[in-house]
Amino acid sequence: MNAQLFILALFDGVAYAALVFMVAVGLTLIFGVLRVLNVAHGSLYAIGAYVTVSAGSAIIAAGYSPVLAFPLMLVAAILVGVVLGGLMEKLLLSRIYDRPEVLQLLVTFAVFMMLEDVQRLVWGNQPYFQSAAVNLLGNVELFGVFYTSYQLIFLPLVALATLIGLRLFLRRTLTGKLITAVTEDREAAQFIGINAERVYLLTFIAGAALAGLGGALASPTTSVLPGIGTEMIVLSFAVVATAGLGQIEGAAVAALLIGLGRSFAVYLYPELQVLVPYLIMLLVLLVRPEGLFGSPAARKI
Amino acid sequence: MAGHHIRAALFGAALAAGAIPALAQDGGKPDEVKVGITTFLTGPASVFGVPARDAAEMIIARMNENGGIGGVPIQASFIDEGAGGEALTAEFRRNVQDGADVMLAAISSGNCTQLAPLAEDLEVINLMWDCGTQRIFEENDYKYVFRTQANATPEMLASVLYLLKQKPDFKTIAVVNQDYAWGRDSWDIFSTALKAMKPDVEVVGEFFPAFGAPDYSTEISRLSALRPDVILSTSWGGDLDTFVRQAAQRGLTQQSTFVLPLAESSLERLGSALPEGVIVGARGDHYFQHPEMVGQADFDTFVKDFKDKTGSYPIYSVFHMAQAFAALDAAYEKAIEANDGQWPSKDQLVAAFEGLEFQAYGRPISIREDNQGVEAQLLGTTTSSDMPFKTLADIMIFDGGPLTAPVGEESVEWVGGLTPAFVDEIKPTTFQ
Amino acid sequence: MTFSRRAILPAILVAALALVPILAPFLQVVLIFALMKGIAVLGVTVLLRAGQVSFGHALFFGIAAYAGAFLAASPFDDLVLLVLAGLVTSAVTGLIVGIFVARYRGIFFAMLNLAFSMIFWSILEKFYYLTGGADGLRLPRPTVLGMAFERGAFEDILYYVALGLALLLGWFVIRFLNSPIGQLYQTVKTNETRLEYLGISPRVALIKGYVLSAALCGVGGVLMATAQGIVTPSYAYWVRSGEMVFIAVLGGAGSVAGAFAGSIAYELVRTYAAAFAGDIWQLLLGAFLLVIILFAPGGLVGIYNSVFDRARGAAGSAKRETGVPKKPAEVRS
Repeated sequence: MNAQLFILALFDGVAYAALVFMVAVGLTLIFGVLRVLNVAHGSLYAIGAYVTVSAGSAIIAAGYSPVLAFPLMLVAAILVGVVLGGLMEKLLLSRIYDRPEVLQLLVTFAVFMMLEDVQRLVWGNQPYFQSAAVNLLGNVELFGVFYTSYQLIFLPLVALATLIGLRLFLRRTLTGKLITAVTEDREAAQFIGINAERVYLLTFIAGAALAGLGGALASPTTSVLPGIGTEMIVLSFAVVATAGLGQIEGAAVAALLIGLGRSFAVYLYPELQVLVPYLIMLLVLLVRPEGLFGSPAARKI
Repeated sequence: MAGHHIRAALFGAALAAGAIPALAQDGGKPDEVKVGITTFLTGPASVFGVPARDAAEMIIARMNENGGIGGVPIQASFIDEGAGGEALTAEFRRNVQDGADVMLAAISSGNCTQLAPLAEDLEVINLMWDCGTQRIFEENDYKYVFRTQANATPEMLASVLYLLKQKPDFKTIAVVNQDYAWGRDSWDIFSTALKAMKPDVEVVGEFFPAFGAPDYSTEISRLSALRPDVILSTSWGGDLDTFVRQAAQRGLTQQSTFVLPLAESSLERLGSALPEGVIVGARGDHYFQHPEMVGQADFDTFVKDFKDKTGSYPIYSVFHMAQAFAALDAAYEKAIEANDGQWPSKDQLVAAFEGLEFQAYGRPISIREDNQGVEAQLLGTTTSSDMPFKTLADIMIFDGGPLTAPVGEESVEWVGGLTPAFVDEIKPTTFQ
Repeated sequence: MTFSRRAILPAILVAALALVPILAPFLQVVLIFALMKGIAVLGVTVLLRAGQVSFGHALFFGIAAYAGAFLAASPFDDLVLLVLAGLVTSAVTGLIVGIFVARYRGIFFAMLNLAFSMIFWSILEKFYYLTGGADGLRLPRPTVLGMAFERGAFEDILYYVALGLALLLGWFVIRFLNSPIGQLYQTVKTNETRLEYLGISPRVALIKGYVLSAALCGVGGVLMATAQGIVTPSYAYWVRSGEMVFIAVLGGAGSVAGAFAGSIAYELVRTYAAAFAGDIWQLLLGAFLLVIILFAPGGLVGIYNSVFDRARGAAGSAKRETGVPKKPAEVRS
């Protein structure tokens, strides 16, 4: 593999990693605060994509400028986060925080199953395609290979902005510090008067919105059809577990690792492409079960 | 589905109670001919499978208006191939247990490979109405399974021949096929035939993304870097649509010549995303502007009726469905005649399918002794027209006979034995 | 075992199941799948008794099924051999994987199992020439102890084999859990540290139960593949693992009877929901599980038991031991 191919694989990996990061970061945020692994995260991703495609197609058919596709993604994300995320947390999760972990997991799994059918009921079984946003940004040439600016520049920039934004939010703003406090020690935070329930609700909405945003961002690059949530969720699990549950910066590193691993596999051993994310996950977990950046869980006796 | 179970239970109860329904004996016509049809109703392949279902409904309605088959109306039930191999097998079995007379299965070569032996075991007549893998009849003998269309061998051979006739001087080729039986088998035949007829060709890349993959970005980047002269893809349905759209977005369709032997089914959907100069095939001589058929009343009516019903022009899945029903009709007619006007038994119907000749909306098709259909092949190159999508020019129609592996021979071996002289030996009918 | 009134309904159900091929053959297909899945879920149940959840047990379900498919393609296509092959393959795999994963607990344990199963799934999908890829492999109908049977007779035989194995393995699991090994194994959930103080390695204790759970999943998997006549990579996909945990909790986490109650309920809803409510069986089952978790976390068996407890008038202590793992005791400051 020469330098040119190496750089091309690098760029492909970064583009892919950006998308995976957007979904994984919401998942890890939710786990860090609520200690719940949200299996329905993949469905939120898919619904974000569907909403964006439907609304985008409607807007373009009505004659408005395709530029509106971009803010539309944010709108879709917020809708998914507030409506689906908020409802899910308020109605279901808030009742079961004191229950065993496996039940919490199964609640989110049940929601995942339900949302899969909801997708089919609302949007049907055919694939949707709405790529106005990608076409708008045009192409960029690199070593004689054309990339869409959307995938090469826009997506990584958005991912980076999200990463920095989250970091600043969690460290600098009051709400962010409340969230960090609850993550560190739930009981101590409650002792000093922090309303843990509100923090949970807010965090879940934020995490869900990030998943929805991931789906919205992915929708112009691919065809949207039932089942894209299922694949994305297990991939996000791989990223989150590799990084360490609750590690946001770690999720970015793990996403890059997995994205690059996958794209190099396509360039070198295409048959291993599907295998690579899980292989990386396995190897990391065997050496460090808490993930690359996680802190080992202290065992309480 | 539960309805069938309840029906089956009631039927059993009626039997037990002593009520004996009129069993179809030779001469006693049944109330209906039950046909079970598998097609993709969900997933990316549904853009290909749903038009076939629409066609089946249209054709059956029209046949029933004229009394059905031999005076008996047809009753069809549809099974979704998109539900996965296990659900499909279960539904297939259920349909047969509920008394299906004939099954039409399947679209996916992978599903055909599983269902053909099952049909043989259940002793139900199965018409492979769309799947292309040639291995089914080459690896085993079947009594009850027939194919009412061609298979990968003539289709890939015709594609190779068209390519070599139109663009004899290319050097490198890469392939992007779906990772399942059809994608693998079609590439085996295409690549072996190509190397036999053009030994100096170089294969620079082989990619097999998963069936239903929504994103081909990395493969496209790789191909952009490899810069092959020709890119082959036997993908179909939503997968092909996504691949072509993404490739067009990134200019790959300008860099390489695309050969898409199944793209006739995507012409209308792709619209302006498909550029000019792409070599397109139709898995048979299927095209809504078929140069030999346009102008004939039957053909024009069919195309118009289908467009009125669904809003789109018919694609080759539609034509394959029409062929299957044409074969069914012809077989029953032949069997009834051979039975002196009485309703045929299952074995008599099976005998009627052997050596059957029938015609739908293309050149006539015949079924040979290994139950394989022999069908003409149509290929063309995309060009702009006043339609909102690309149409085909430089059309060539190849006879199926010389391109189908002889009975008893294995396709890849046979194709490997061809020589560059073969390209000049085969003279298709050409149209502008 | 003392005979109590509680055992009446299960006994009736078992008798009813035995009579299905004769009295209600239209239920046979649904129930045979339910029984086989139930055996696999029994594996998950065993693991739940040690307080662990695996999101990757479909690995054993799948590897046994594929082992069966490979064997079925050879001249040794006999039902007994197939089940043995599935059992051995999954047990050996369980041992190998168990050695790696038994060190971990909780969410890490679940994730590590997921990783193993997804790697196996990827191999199944991609190595087309070996595994048939996404199309999968066919399982031609096997002989039974050397005798070939017609389809109808074979399906009846398979049904009774499944029923018999379900009862046998269920009994075996109960015995295992009551045995000293089994008791030590369950201590991993209740008080692992005490196990260490006793000088017993919790890792080894866990591995023993893990291998059993893997073998159970494997037997369920190879039986399922034989019944369906086809095996595809979805046998090893994470959704399949999730489904097994789902059924275990639906039926009553940690309860042997619950594994089968849950899988019968699951299969019935899945098959007949389609008849009455179109393609929304996932919606229905998901909602059903939510209701169970929120209002009856002991699952179907829990509901059944609480009816008896209430009838008995046993106040307060009505909560029977469910197998759902508890969170580690919080440190009170």
